[in-house]
Amino acid sequence: MSKGWLKSLEKVDDYRWRLPASYKPGMRVPGLIFADERLLRTMAGDQAVEQVANVAFLPGVVRYSMAMPDIHWGYGFPIGGVAAMRLNGGVVSPGGVGFDINCGARLIRTNLTEAEVRPLLDRLADQLFRDVPSGLGAHGPLRVNDRELDDIMVRGASWMLERGYGAPDDLETTESRGCLAGADPATVSQRARERGREQLCTLGAGNHFLEVEAVEEVYDEAAAQAFGLEVGRVVVFFHCGSRGFGHQVCQDYLEVMEKASRQFDIVLPDRQLACAPIDSKPGRDYLAAMAAAANFAWANRQAIAHWTRGAFAHVFGRSADELGMTQVYDVAHNIAKVEEHRVDGQSMRLCVHRKGATRAFPPGHAEVPPRYRKVGQPVLVPGDMGRYSYVCAGTERAMAETWGSTCHGAGRLQSRGAAKRSLQGVDIIGRLEARGIVVRVRNRGLLAEEASEAYKDVAEVVEVLDRAGISRKVARMKPLAVIKG
Amino acid sequence: MTEQPPFETFDHTADVGIIARGSNLAEAFANAAKAMFSLMVDLDRVETREERRVEVDAEDREGLLVAWLAELLYMSEVDSVVFNRFDVDEISDTRIAARAFGEPLDLDRHNPKLMIKAVTRHMLQVEPANGGVQVRVVLDI
Repeated sequence: MSKGWLKSLEKVDDYRWRLPASYKPGMRVPGLIFADERLLRTMAGDQAVEQVANVAFLPGVVRYSMAMPDIHWGYGFPIGGVAAMRLNGGVVSPGGVGFDINCGARLIRTNLTEAEVRPLLDRLADQLFRDVPSGLGAHGPLRVNDRELDDIMVRGASWMLERGYGAPDDLETTESRGCLAGADPATVSQRARERGREQLCTLGAGNHFLEVEAVEEVYDEAAAQAFGLEVGRVVVFFHCGSRGFGHQVCQDYLEVMEKASRQFDIVLPDRQLACAPIDSKPGRDYLAAMAAAANFAWANRQAIAHWTRGAFAHVFGRSADELGMTQVYDVAHNIAKVEEHRVDGQSMRLCVHRKGATRAFPPGHAEVPPRYRKVGQPVLVPGDMGRYSYVCAGTERAMAETWGSTCHGAGRLQSRGAAKRSLQGVDIIGRLEARGIVVRVRNRGLLAEEASEAYKDVAEVVEVLDRAGISRKVARMKPLAVIKG
Repeated sequence: MTEQPPFETFDHTADVGIIARGSNLAEAFANAAKAMFSLMVDLDRVETREERRVEVDAEDREGLLVAWLAELLYMSEVDSVVFNRFDVDEISDTRIAARAFGEPLDLDRHNPKLMIKAVTRHMLQVEPANGGVQVRVVLDI
């Protein structure tokens, strides 16, 4: 591929590539891409690296515009992008968070073994498919009024817990305890409320999923033990976000930010990077609405966790407690958060944008739950529905280099259309079933678009970050049952 | 206009783009809406049993296209309806007034497909083409 950036990239080491600020006039900082040569080549197919350069234009961006090995073409920011802005003079951009605000992943362990689950797998998949609605037109089991919705926006996952939807421990093992401060319902449109109201406890569609998986390999015994994972153990892994609520918040604020960018004379190489100073009214309003959407997402995943436990209890005839269904962790991978980091030896508060990137705080960090403090924050990395997913752990090096961030998944390799064309006539369900994977999907056409071929190999992605010292591999899981929209 | 179809889709990594054409702005906007709903359901399985009025304003034509599609998406999601016909009564660069025709979403009958999260401004274009108008927009899936 004759991409201009390929010639400009400077190799830092086997896993780091620097895109100098001279690559494009207007870049305030260089780009830094985490990849090996093989993954770097997969980036040549779209505009993702160009977007890494574009993000470097944003006022207040500190040190680097970064990209994880799973990057692919997004809107404004690449998916897999990380950038931190100074609070003073820096900007916040909805394009640096994405439409699905606080899209994230949650992992719940069980005491069950694969051998125990196998005979009941079909029934379990049916039950989960019923209890956690997915796909177009899905409505959740919860009905909330305006006041309750306001509470959810402000309080997040704890709102669900107070109503008995979850175990008390769940908050401790959720990033930010399932609640971002500063959410203000007054900054959220009526439309976002209406879109979100009936979608609590729904999975959505596209790349969202709920999987029953079994741990097939452990790389770091101490961390795996702390996380309650061992080979053969059955776990539940799901991926979803703030549903129509967050999508509408983003849609609403893109318009606000378009105007704000003009008002504040911010020069942008791409309109999708529309942004506003963090300390301006539009900037503050967006952050307050984004926090509301993030809290909605945490409430949503909390509800899904509850109904998932219920489905297991129903099928296995034992309570979730008896089944040992404790939560390993819940992480956001589309979010902007104000965090404390070290810059040039000094502690500084920054607005860290993670768009398709996961927080990966190191051992000893105050925000890592006490039970994991020796091993680091769990990082949940879904792969694709045919292969495997990973659990990793955060590191000091991530804290020093990437604002405590790592990858969020495999990253797409093929477009939806290309995947569909290349898999025409292939019986995807049959292929998965032949490998012992049970599939429940509302829209069968979606399967080809979400097949393994459409994604990079997540093993390569986590390997690069492990070798680069950004996040440590802890365990790998294989899918037993896949629930999709 | 020559042999080109009224609308088609194109690939965009994780999402889907649409290109719609018309002999004028009104027709191109109506076809863009059809394209969007064709990604969600089989249009020919949708019956025309309901009529909704849609009126939106924006600062320019491109913004209007996004606002128009976002409005339809919002209606569709909140009221669980799908549309397959759009009559544009009034259109300028900054305002559209139209009627959308369709019926409540029927998961058994409509062959539900993609769920659309949002209408993006990525690669957004409204421009004259072949004596008519061609529009391009990418939808977040």
